[in-house]
Amino acid sequence: MKSEAATLRAAQPKALATLIRLLGNIDAAEDALQEAFARALEVWPERGVPDNPVAWLVTTGRNHTVDQIRRRTLEARHVEEVRSVAPHHAPGDHPEDLLRGHVEDDLLRLIFTCCHPALAPDAQIALTLKTVAGLSVDEIAHAFLAAPRTMEQRLTRAKRKISVAGIPYEVPPPAKLPERLGAVLAVVYLIFNEGYSASAGENLIRTELCTEAIRLGRLLVRLFRAEPEVEGLLALMLLHHSRRGARLDEAGDIVTLDEQDRGLWDGVAIAEGRALTERALRRQRPGPYQIQAAIAAVHCSAASAEETDWQEIATLYAALEGFQSSPVITLNRAVAVAKADGPEAGIALLRTLEDSADMQRYPYYHGAVAALLAECGQVEDAAAAYDKALELTQNPSEQAFLRARRAALG
Amino acid sequence: MLYTMLIYQAAETAEAVTEEVQQACYAGHRKLQERSKAHDAFRAANELVSVDAATTVRWQNGTAAIIDGPFAETKEQLVGLYVMECDSLDEAIDYAKDIPLLGDGCIEIRPIAYFEGPPQR
Repeated sequence: MKSEAATLRAAQPKALATLIRLLGNIDAAEDALQEAFARALEVWPERGVPDNPVAWLVTTGRNHTVDQIRRRTLEARHVEEVRSVAPHHAPGDHPEDLLRGHVEDDLLRLIFTCCHPALAPDAQIALTLKTVAGLSVDEIAHAFLAAPRTMEQRLTRAKRKISVAGIPYEVPPPAKLPERLGAVLAVVYLIFNEGYSASAGENLIRTELCTEAIRLGRLLVRLFRAEPEVEGLLALMLLHHSRRGARLDEAGDIVTLDEQDRGLWDGVAIAEGRALTERALRRQRPGPYQIQAAIAAVHCSAASAEETDWQEIATLYAALEGFQSSPVITLNRAVAVAKADGPEAGIALLRTLEDSADMQRYPYYHGAVAALLAECGQVEDAAAAYDKALELTQNPSEQAFLRARRAALG
Repeated sequence: MLYTMLIYQAAETAEAVTEEVQQACYAGHRKLQERSKAHDAFRAANELVSVDAATTVRWQNGTAAIIDGPFAETKEQLVGLYVMECDSLDEAIDYAKDIPLLGDGCIEIRPIAYFEGPPQR
């Protein structure tokens, strides 16, 4: 039974993607797939799992829809409707004809539709998790600490916009591909970050979202061969996620990178992340995800915090600023520069951000200023900066961390 | 599908531009109209007279009041619109991006639910 459930789960996104193409809309495809799942659970235990489960689910789901339309047609005599999805196939009867060469394309179509910029980011995320990752509404709602009803409404609105506004079910033309692929990567990274640094709730890390994002990343690497930024994103997520076992202490409070027990890091994930980063960089088309992965790889390669190559990290942050200039990146570069060249050099760089209103509202900025001032022995100024950071932090374990640092000033 | 593209622009920018810039803007519109006509997408275009000329009929509690001015005083005002017939929102976005603006502003794309006019595709 377990293998049947696993097979169904693995086949779900592909079967759904093809059914959407055949039936013309997401709702109809979801209904058809649900029916096919029910049939599979009746039939498979008896006859065994079919050789091509995706084809079996697509054929069964489509036949169910055709039958339903036939029945309605007999009542309403709408003959045109049945023509659009006929002819009828028996399950297992040349199912490959429906699928030949299409499965991967259908999955790509589905991904691009879910991550269409005309949908709100929240809706893109929910729709991607529901259709591409195959999560249930309850699972998504739980992951985002939202009521299932709210999540259901968000999905319904998104599906309605897709059909009413005419969002196409297609892979964008080559000229638009880089931009649209960027939007897809952004959605996957948002899902990862929501899990990696939860914006709400008691738990700082929600592993299931990180795992889903990595699964999506693997899918994208498979679908977009030789796209270095796709590899870079997967590498970045793997390298961040490799530290999950060391990021929180037993009380659930945050442990900073330099104080983490590196023995708890996941060596397999690090090896895979580093190999992916190198493979991507060898393609000679650097981009922000690859550079961030390279930064994470430098951290993960150091046997101890003291042995970290901060000079290299500072250089990589400077390169990242070339792609996306943002005060947050400068902040990170300042921290690296402080480690490499001393706290005064770091503070000097942080002072260039003083006028940024975003930074004034950003708790990590004040936290970084406080830490460097403390290193320089400017205890009073450091305490004031920690107080500002505390005012701006909502996350309980981050608050606990800042309070401990402030208390340690003496 | 039929889409309308509503063009919003800050009123001051429209008044402040030189004749040259204004002509370049019209040239952009002509180019867009030629391209969309060549693809059988063009259905209609309107340029509106400035909101100084707007009159609003406002219904409240069953009576109509005639008010001088647009329905809302906003920084960006509706200055014109296009109607295009497109295969998808992506095609509509392509055309919308080619609508010239004088300075900052925005184009709102809305699918049309009902359209009465010359026969459509």
